[in-house]
Amino acid sequence: MKSFTEVERLAVPVSKRDHVQGPSNAFLTLVEYGDYECPACGMAHPIVKAVQESLGDRLRFVFRNFPLAQVHPHAEHAAEAAEAAGVRGAFWPMHDVLFENQDALEDEDLARHAAALGLDQAQVLAEIESEAHAKRVRDDFMSGVKSGVNGTPTFFINGVRHDGGYDLPHLLSALEEAAQEK
Amino acid sequence: MNNGANQTESNKKKYDRLYPEGRKAKTLEAGAAAPEFTLKTTPDQAVNLNDFRGQPVVLAFYPADWSPVCGDQMALYNEILPEFQKLGAELLGISVDGVWCHAAFARDRKLHFPLLSDFEPKGGLARTYGVYREADGVSERALFVIDGEGIIRWSHVSPIGVNPGAAGILSALERLQKKENEVAA
Repeated sequence: MKSFTEVERLAVPVSKRDHVQGPSNAFLTLVEYGDYECPACGMAHPIVKAVQESLGDRLRFVFRNFPLAQVHPHAEHAAEAAEAAGVRGAFWPMHDVLFENQDALEDEDLARHAAALGLDQAQVLAEIESEAHAKRVRDDFMSGVKSGVNGTPTFFINGVRHDGGYDLPHLLSALEEAAQEK
Repeated sequence: MNNGANQTESNKKKYDRLYPEGRKAKTLEAGAAAPEFTLKTTPDQAVNLNDFRGQPVVLAFYPADWSPVCGDQMALYNEILPEFQKLGAELLGISVDGVWCHAAFARDRKLHFPLLSDFEPKGGLARTYGVYREADGVSERALFVIDGEGIIRWSHVSPIGVNPGAAGILSALERLQKKENEVAA
């Protein structure tokens, strides 16, 4: 039987395929598995921003998709819209727009968000409809499942699942602690 | 879909307060024969472990419908269901809640797998598998992977307030499939 103290670790290391903010040689890596329609992820979004601001170049942040599509009917398409923006070099702007507009995630909203970022909205919508980015989203999801993601958001700090709270003080102190372990 | 920024921590504390008994029962482990059972899944349907002979079965015991961690855990398994099915496995959720409660919970969360009602005698099945908390009146948050011959191949008991995720289940199922392929070859 697995022991209680066994920690869950990131099964798929951060690589070129990931969406990354911050320097690749940063001391600390924070990976979030999230869902654009999940209210808790929406709440965590400004907290992650504050953490990035506070740690600056010491932190590398990675976002991976974990849409709980059965409970959040818009989450899958929203994730695919972010990926569609990603192939056009606009993943992070789209990521921000989605989290800042969680009540506007219908397909026509996604097209509107794409247009606002200067992307070809018809093309983005066509890619969503043809599921062009579905596999990428599913790969993220499965990498999360294999890493022990157990809800959204789930954070990993330097590859280890963070089981504590993710309000600003908790997240920041967990990161500071991890920095000292290094 | 946690509901609060500090939920993980407060869940642990909340469950420890609500279910203070702690772990006592001796849980069945890998290698043991899985005890047979018949439990109701709807008011007029029952599920028997024997129905699934020849395929792996995942038993997911959880303390109660509606409580936040359970909701997350079952919602997660609901998303991963296609992966369990790819590995030929059947997933069964089990708690001491009655069939009408299960029906409302499953409908609300759009669950696509059966929830079994360990209701009469209360916790009877959980007791057989060594995952019942007598004083708390609920089961542990416990997972069992049973092979096609009815032998337990993996079991895991999580702290009651911690969602165990699905990594352990999937790797146990993958090991089973690998073994089967070896035997076939």
